[in-house]
Amino acid sequence: MIISVASGKGGTGKTMVATNLALALDRKVQLLDCDVEEPNAHLFVQAAFDHRETVTTPVPKIDQRRCTQCGECEQICQFKAIAVLPDTDALTFPELCHSCGGCWTVCPENAISLDQRELGVIETGHRNGIFFAHGRLRIGEAMAPPLIRAVRATALPDRPTIIDAPPGTSCPVIAAMKDTDVVLLVTEPTPFGLHDLQLAVGAVRILDIPCALVINRQGAGDDRVLQYALQEKIPVLMEIPFDRRFAEIYSRGEMLIEAMPVWAPRFRALYRQIETLVVYRKAAAR
Amino acid sequence: MKELVVISGKGGTGKTSLLAAFASMASRMALCDADVDAADLHLIVAPAVRERHSFTSGHRAVIDPDRCTACGICVELCQWRAIRADFTIDPIACEGCGVCHYLCPEGAVDFPENRCGEWYLSDTRFGPMVHARLGIAEENSGKLVSLVRREARHLGETGGLELILTDGPPGIGCPVIAAIGGADAVLIVTEPTLSGIHDLQRVAGLADHFKVPAMISVNKHDLNPEMTTRIETYAETSGLVLAGNVPFDPQFTKAMVQGMTIFEQGGSSPATEAVRELWQRVCAKLGLTAPSVCE
Repeated sequence: MIISVASGKGGTGKTMVATNLALALDRKVQLLDCDVEEPNAHLFVQAAFDHRETVTTPVPKIDQRRCTQCGECEQICQFKAIAVLPDTDALTFPELCHSCGGCWTVCPENAISLDQRELGVIETGHRNGIFFAHGRLRIGEAMAPPLIRAVRATALPDRPTIIDAPPGTSCPVIAAMKDTDVVLLVTEPTPFGLHDLQLAVGAVRILDIPCALVINRQGAGDDRVLQYALQEKIPVLMEIPFDRRFAEIYSRGEMLIEAMPVWAPRFRALYRQIETLVVYRKAAAR
Repeated sequence: MKELVVISGKGGTGKTSLLAAFASMASRMALCDADVDAADLHLIVAPAVRERHSFTSGHRAVIDPDRCTACGICVELCQWRAIRADFTIDPIACEGCGVCHYLCPEGAVDFPENRCGEWYLSDTRFGPMVHARLGIAEENSGKLVSLVRREARHLGETGGLELILTDGPPGIGCPVIAAIGGADAVLIVTEPTLSGIHDLQRVAGLADHFKVPAMISVNKHDLNPEMTTRIETYAETSGLVLAGNVPFDPQFTKAMVQGMTIFEQGGSSPATEAVRELWQRVCAKLGLTAPSVCE
């Protein structure tokens, strides 16, 4: 089973839920932090990393001796990463390249070879039998999705997976949620939380994945998130009260289940409920 | 005219609530919501839409089943695994690179333009506003961010305004890069948490990479005074301007629920005074004259 933890709005408690869920379980799971722009799960999990690797993406390198400036590469490139101008060598803009392979496939002179652009690094490690992986996007790099896919590719095949997704509703979060079995949406009961939750539910429905809700900071705002969940028939599996103590625990980088052990069985119950939801959904699909 | 972009790295640190409070103190200003992926500023400033424009960017491949001979060349070439076994295209996986369109021997792949969002020119009680909505699960958010900033600048220049206040997206990727390039300054709103410090350092690194001067404000600074001190030390050693901190105050959320800024909610508190002082320091740093912009 693959659970992705997402939110729409940032700062609603995704990482808090994903890390506590993973560490509360009494079985071998894996936690993949796919918020490669601002990864935070490692601050709480404190895994011992034993592997680190640089992730790159292929970009074109033009052999100017072979290039006849025919312009086919420039024509196929949708991302303006190649410019063929009169009276000068063909130029490449590697930061704009999406690595589609169009230019080196069409070049009639075989003048384009592959160079590599660094996307960032991925690190993997363990804590208490949990496999942990995350990616760190290189500062200045614009494209998060290929690095997110590289983090997901580190997953071991034999165990449940929890994915800490980035905020938003565009390509990075889609890369993190795609082909997961269930999306756990973490929100807060405020107008911002509700608005961005609605966008996130829209994204989850486009992907046709079942979803469930965790409402964090319950009591801080109003009850419109709860009303929305009822109306849309989205199960609310956990409510975490608004309490300054929780914010203080989080601020120190501590785990809720360790600072307040009463929460450990609650996160285990959350996991069982998610499991049930996925089993029902699969049975209904058959 | 100056442009200030409010960013945070980490989401949920309070940048939109603070920006709305700034807007209520500024005059001759236009608002720009560059968080096109999960825009929230409109929930407080309640824009009345004056103009609505569609945003088309890039293309999406579509296979014509009548012309497709199922030769499989496109499947081999597609780096995104966007072509399904039945030779239809998964529009979410499609990157819009056009490789299948250009190289299909049958010419069976169409490549229409992609309408991926809308942008708006609106009026608010604080001034004009440019904002947008990216379609769910769409790409090209960076291009839409560039578009709303360009439109806001145009609005400011034609209207003789002094300031563009831009609400930036979280993270450090493409929409953030598009949001800060060429701005006069960024204000990084952070929080005194381990995650906040970690994310602040990355987004400050990004601002430095693109040579945009950065100021810092620690929101909810009293939640963890030790972390706040660590952030201040980091800022001092990294040459970042400390523009003033704001205490934890549930009134921010209460005001948001009512669609108001913290000032409109009424009453003075340590938080409102802190926001006022923060804004004065930001104005001074931007070289805006306090009386004309900061009341």
